[in-house]
Amino acid sequence: MNAPLPDTATLLNTLVEAIRPNLSPETALVGIHTGGVWVAEWLHQALGIKTPLGTLDISFYRDDFSQRGLHPEVKTTQLPFNVEDHPIILVDDVLYTGRTIRAAMNELFDYGRPGSIHLAALVDRGGRQLPIQPDFTGAKIELPAGKNIQLQRNEQGNLILLIQ
Amino acid sequence: MTRSLQLTADGQLKHLLTLDGLSPAILTRILDTAESFIDVGEREVKKVPLLRGKAIFNLFFEPSTRTRTTFEIAAKRLSADVVNLNIAASAQSKGETVLDTVSNLTAMHADMFIVRHAQSGAAHFIAQHVEPHISVVNAGDGRHAHPTQGLLDMFTIRRYKGAFHNLRVAIVGDVLHSRVARSQIHALTTLGVPEVRVIAPRTLLPTGVEQMGVHVFHDMQAGLKDVDVIIMLRLQNERMKGARLPSAQEYFKQYGLTPEKLALAKPDAIVMHPGPMNRGVEIDSEVADGPQSVILPQVTYGIAVRMAVMSLLMGPAQ
Repeated sequence: MNAPLPDTATLLNTLVEAIRPNLSPETALVGIHTGGVWVAEWLHQALGIKTPLGTLDISFYRDDFSQRGLHPEVKTTQLPFNVEDHPIILVDDVLYTGRTIRAAMNELFDYGRPGSIHLAALVDRGGRQLPIQPDFTGAKIELPAGKNIQLQRNEQGNLILLIQ
Repeated sequence: MTRSLQLTADGQLKHLLTLDGLSPAILTRILDTAESFIDVGEREVKKVPLLRGKAIFNLFFEPSTRTRTTFEIAAKRLSADVVNLNIAASAQSKGETVLDTVSNLTAMHADMFIVRHAQSGAAHFIAQHVEPHISVVNAGDGRHAHPTQGLLDMFTIRRYKGAFHNLRVAIVGDVLHSRVARSQIHALTTLGVPEVRVIAPRTLLPTGVEQMGVHVFHDMQAGLKDVDVIIMLRLQNERMKGARLPSAQEYFKQYGLTPEKLALAKPDAIVMHPGPMNRGVEIDSEVADGPQSVILPQVTYGIAVRMAVMSLLMGPAQ
């Protein structure tokens, strides 16, 4: 049984409107590889944000390294602004256990002490294992543990959510 | 035997003892991983928590500054606890065997040994006898291998030249005594460099070196023509037994890399050296400090490459 697929464009717009009133001129977006970067790129353009977009690869900060080893494709972390005192919105595609967000915050602090960090997720699927909650979401979709929700980007550059 | 010892049943790296027999995929994986560690060295906090709680022992039975230091920095940037043992000056001089030293360190809950030894096969021997959870990295054994140096040289070449499939690489000097040269030759041929040359007097080449897939030259004029990469080897004074060469001056005249000889190579050729350099013996200062020299970047890249090796070896519980 497949849950009805949410319309990704609608979710992205919902997320944009949730974030917009909370922006300051200094706000920086930081997307988490890979899906979070796609969402962040979209938000960055839609919100007309001036600070260059940041990207994070949290492979070196994962808490399951001793079970799973290093991810075969480590992307680079790029924070083209000074993290110190900057207000940051961390962006991910799907918020689930919260472990990725914890790792991302640890990594951010190795670059400096941000002024603030808020969390934006396109989809909150529940199932948290850590006390981490989103500040902005496109939708909340409860999914059983066996199910998987994934963001994909097609050749035209459009983002599509798939539930498997 | 070494080949099977350093890989697990499912083909993952368990120890790094030699580059001989490692697949292009494994070598490329290490280089790609090193690429992502480069950034770590350039930021505010030069540290990631990957190997937190792991204990890494530098077992140096032979003196070394650069290799030991870069292994130590690499381990620290991965948040491992690192202990340096200068064995030549301690237990062994009191008569303890290598395996007793290793057993004692294992009892201190070691997770990895970085081994440098004057005897070929020493790291291999230790890898055969350690507990299954421990990984061993060969940091140079006799004339046999120095795999992390070979890897950091490949990393340097890839950074400056982009690829391997269209290169002409010349290795110049004391190939006979050089574990570095052996590791470089294995890596270069595995990664698909179509023409690897060695340039040296007959007395400094091992017999049958052609069987490693290299072209042999005894003359710099011919050997350096149109090469993309020149790797100078150190003239291993302390290993020279008997009179293999008339004198250091004579060697410099024939095989030392001077600006004039460098001009025979391609205009954009890079000059490498594993260090420590003998200025005025195998390399002229003008070349060593010149615009085509990438000798100091090699050292910096060595940290990222060693971080990659350590984190790949220490991955999932075996």
